[in-house]
Amino acid sequence: MEKKKLVLIGNGMAGIRTIEEILKLLPEQFDITVFGKEPYPNYNRIQLSKVLQGDTEISDITLNEWEWYEENNVRLYPGETVTKIDKDNQIVFTDKGKETSYDYLIIATGSNPFMLPLPGADKEGVTAFRDIEDCEKMIHASKNYKRAAVIGGGLLGLEAARGLLNLGMEVDVIHLSDFLMERQLDQPAGKLLQKELESQGMNFLLEKQTAEILGKKRVTGLRFNDGGKIPADLVVMAVGIKPNIQLAQETGLEINRGIVVNDHMETSIPNIYAVGECAEHNGMVYGLVAPLYEQGQALAKHICGMNHQGYKGSVLSTQLKVSGVNVFSTGLINETDQTKSIKVFDEWRNTYKKILVQDDKLAGAVLFGDTKEGTKLLSLIKKGAKVEDYLESSQAQDDDESIVVSMSDDEVICGCNGVTKGTIVNAIKTQGLSSVEEVKGCTNASRSCGTCKSLVSDLLTHTLGDEYEANEKESICACTDLSRDEVIAEIKEKHLTHSREVMNVLGWKTEEGCSKCRPALNYYLGMVYPKEHEDERESRFVNERLHANIQKDGTYSVVPRMYGGVTNADDLRTIADVADKYKVGMIKLTGGQRIDLLGVKKEDLPLVWKDLGMPSGYAYGKTLRTVKTCVGAEFCRFGTQDSTGMGIKLEKKFEGLNTPHKVKMGVSACPRNCAEGGIKDVGVIGLDGVWEVYVGGNGGTDLRKADLFAKVKTEEEVLEYTAAFLQYYRENARYLERTSHFVERVGLEPIQEMVFNDEMRQELCQRMDEALSVYREPWNEVIESETTLRDLYEKVNAK
Amino acid sequence: MEQTVKKVFVGNYSELPERLGKTVILQDKEIAIFKLASGDVRAIENRCPHRGGVLAEGMVSGEHVFCPLHDWKINITDGLVQAPDEGCVQTFEVVKEEEQVFVLVPNEVTQS
Ligand code: SRM
Ligand SMILES: Cc1cc2nc3c(=O)[nH]c(=O)nc-3n(C[C@H](O)[C@H](O)[C@H](O)COP(=O)(O)OP(=O)(O)OC[C@H]3O[C@@H](n4cnc5c(N)ncnc54)[C@H](O)[C@@H]3O)c2cc1C
Ligand code: SF4
Ligand code: FES
Repeated sequence: MEKKKLVLIGNGMAGIRTIEEILKLLPEQFDITVFGKEPYPNYNRIQLSKVLQGDTEISDITLNEWEWYEENNVRLYPGETVTKIDKDNQIVFTDKGKETSYDYLIIATGSNPFMLPLPGADKEGVTAFRDIEDCEKMIHASKNYKRAAVIGGGLLGLEAARGLLNLGMEVDVIHLSDFLMERQLDQPAGKLLQKELESQGMNFLLEKQTAEILGKKRVTGLRFNDGGKIPADLVVMAVGIKPNIQLAQETGLEINRGIVVNDHMETSIPNIYAVGECAEHNGMVYGLVAPLYEQGQALAKHICGMNHQGYKGSVLSTQLKVSGVNVFSTGLINETDQTKSIKVFDEWRNTYKKILVQDDKLAGAVLFGDTKEGTKLLSLIKKGAKVEDYLESSQAQDDDESIVVSMSDDEVICGCNGVTKGTIVNAIKTQGLSSVEEVKGCTNASRSCGTCKSLVSDLLTHTLGDEYEANEKESICACTDLSRDEVIAEIKEKHLTHSREVMNVLGWKTEEGCSKCRPALNYYLGMVYPKEHEDERESRFVNERLHANIQKDGTYSVVPRMYGGVTNADDLRTIADVADKYKVGMIKLTGGQRIDLLGVKKEDLPLVWKDLGMPSGYAYGKTLRTVKTCVGAEFCRFGTQDSTGMGIKLEKKFEGLNTPHKVKMGVSACPRNCAEGGIKDVGVIGLDGVWEVYVGGNGGTDLRKADLFAKVKTEEEVLEYTAAFLQYYRENARYLERTSHFVERVGLEPIQEMVFNDEMRQELCQRMDEALSVYREPWNEVIESETTLRDLYEKVNAK
Repeated sequence: MEQTVKKVFVGNYSELPERLGKTVILQDKEIAIFKLASGDVRAIENRCPHRGGVLAEGMVSGEHVFCPLHDWKINITDGLVQAPDEGCVQTFEVVKEEEQVFVLVPNEVTQS
């Protein structure tokens, strides 16, 4: 069958996200061509502000490397603009004379910065702030010139101004209104923001309208309507954006502010779709990536022929962060004849709060400095709460106490999904939930816009007490203030699939993370997106990267699989021959019922594996290690069940599974428990007609006796309950938390409750199967890949 | 004392794996070569001052490498061990000529 031809115009954030979604759904189905005006692979436009501020480099903000296009067979024409669409014959034409026909066409041309049509706007030294080229222009100018003028005191303008300050320039910000960010803030908040930014070195010219850009060839200054002038040798225009619709217009698509699309992102002409900032859905044109990504997902499903309700619009939160200043606003911002306001202005702490009341109800809010109350206000405003409710609740509250304490049980916490306080508290208590993620999973609270997350967290604190506080506040490492749960929530919400993306988007304090967060993020990404996430070998600890245990002298040890501790004469002979051939330092029986070959040179590892011809025993990984077994019913006079058979089945099923920490198992055939299931992550004991499954045992640093988890009848059920338990552990434990610590922390009951619920268990097992489906035997993979052999195992002999 | 410098070819640029180390054996010394995320190439002695860990196998983050044995953090550009630990490793200058990457090694190293 010939592949359908898919053409994308615009190699930007929304368009490429759509392609990623399509590749995920139907990897081989389409012949994909992408035209991008800019000469780069897809990059993270949001990070341009950080590049300008010197926090990161252009080379670091690439989202899809050139290799990504190659590996996915996506034909990319960078630096090539589509100039015409022939909708009748379904062909696009480019500025380089190319003609390409399509079955499906996606327009994702983004926005253009709005350039004020001033006299002199075409002079050298006048720029917008939209792409890499603009960014480079500014950085370059800062090396040769001193004075910058930014026209526009909105979010983008202020970010540009902050960047130019960092680049050592003197910066004037020219703004039409009498205060900053007037679309998101009221005057007092705008003024506070101004004061804060002035203290950082910005200079503001408010209520100024630029009349002309002065200079001969290059800009030398600005003249205003009131006749005043300032000198400037760089002018940045940041007065807004407008959807880039020219091409669509010329093609005859229906246009309003943007390209009009329906819930499936279909335009008015068959087989042409639009996505991103250039599209208008239900009267809305969005300028933030989260809704654009949702659109991309809907479009991918549609093109792949998946049943889908389509895109239904997005709820935006207007929480803004400008240069470390906290600003929040929602709903009504400015007073009218019908509104009354409550204002608190704390000049000492430099915080401001305004709440607008209309018909006795909360109608809007602006916060500056301290934005903690933001979510609570949003929730009250969404549900149309009476002002008395708000006042009572804040009166009843000490300064540090959360609003949730004074809320009644029927009050809504999550406005999007209509989840009440009572429902959440009940779920926390009966299901033993201990994290925002779990609450989200059980009740849907915070699943949509996510702004109520801090309320949910407060409810957990309130319900569980200090125990939760201690658990929750722990950040992953010094590179971030975010906790494991927060990071995973963001990964899911923003659909982040690479740890570099996580670090960029979530504002990591270090450029590339550290030895703590890197492996953790790699694990979390793989756990959330087992099929999509590509394992990042550079974020793996050496043992897991090289698939052997490093020794103190830089040699390695090799432990082949020996399922259930059972071996045979041939395998033993092979092991003995290999040990001779490569002169291994020591052959040792491990505590896990198998054989260790110690002191192998790195460059010999692939040869050793090849000669062994056995799968890796993963004695080095955060994964299933060993399943110890006892001899069992087959030979032992006390044995009641086939423990070796059961152990082998467990080991074969779960080998190679990525887990937060290593997982060990033991299967015995009677209560004498010779395989030591009482100190294993999963211990199984066979009795007459019954299997007992124990979990959370540990024989290492912190000895812990395992808890009896379940009693089941069949081997299949042992596999099923073990799978569900392990999946629950995978999804809820912190990276490097053994099951013993995990069970100790969350308690046994909540886990049992999930796993004993038939539906939940099925779902856990299903997700487990998905995670297991990506396993590939690592030693064999290495042997067969020339590049891996070269990159990881070869040493260079220099002369 | 005059010091002579030897220019040692260590490989083609495109064949060095990114954000990973590569071991170069130079008589009885080992040098760890790193290609950073920025694309720059750095070279240091392949021996952790703590207990001799092979730094080429460490995790590379920006300008730092974490020793695979006990997680000391070492700056790859100036060779300094980061606090709270102390010490330093020798660094070597890297020269890139077209595709080829060379390391400049003072002669005392090659002779010892
Ligand atoms: C090879 C072996 C010792 C032996 O010669 O028997 C071994 C060797 C190491 N163990 Fe172990 N452990 C070995 C069985 C055990 C056992 C017994 C068992 O599995 O039945 C335990 C206690 C049971 C348990 O884990 O609950 C054990 C508890 C540990 C711990 C403590 C874990 C804990 O949660 O407290 C560590 C440290 C860690 O993982 O962070 C550790 C770490 C290590 C490491 C990997 C140290 C390291 O990170 O480099 C050792 C590698 C030595 C080397 O140079 O190759 N090893 N280690 C055993 C391999 C079993 C296998 O076939 O895979
Ligand atoms: C400095 C800055 C900071 C930002 N900060 C944030 C933030 O904090 N949070 C947030 O959510 N959003 C932020 N944004 C907005 C976000 O970057 C955009 O919403 C997003 O990039 C839009 O994606 P898109 O694919 O629709 O458009 P783009 O990413 O602009 O991609 C469109 C691409 O199509 C190309 N193109 C156009 N016409 C053609 C043609 N005819 N042929 C071929 N190619 C063509 C363009 O050159 C461009 O590369 C920021 C934007 C900027 C500039
Ligand atoms: S107990 Fe385990 S970690 Fe400790 S020295 Fe022995 S093998 Fe190594
Ligand atoms: S040998 Fe490098 S940290 Fe111990």
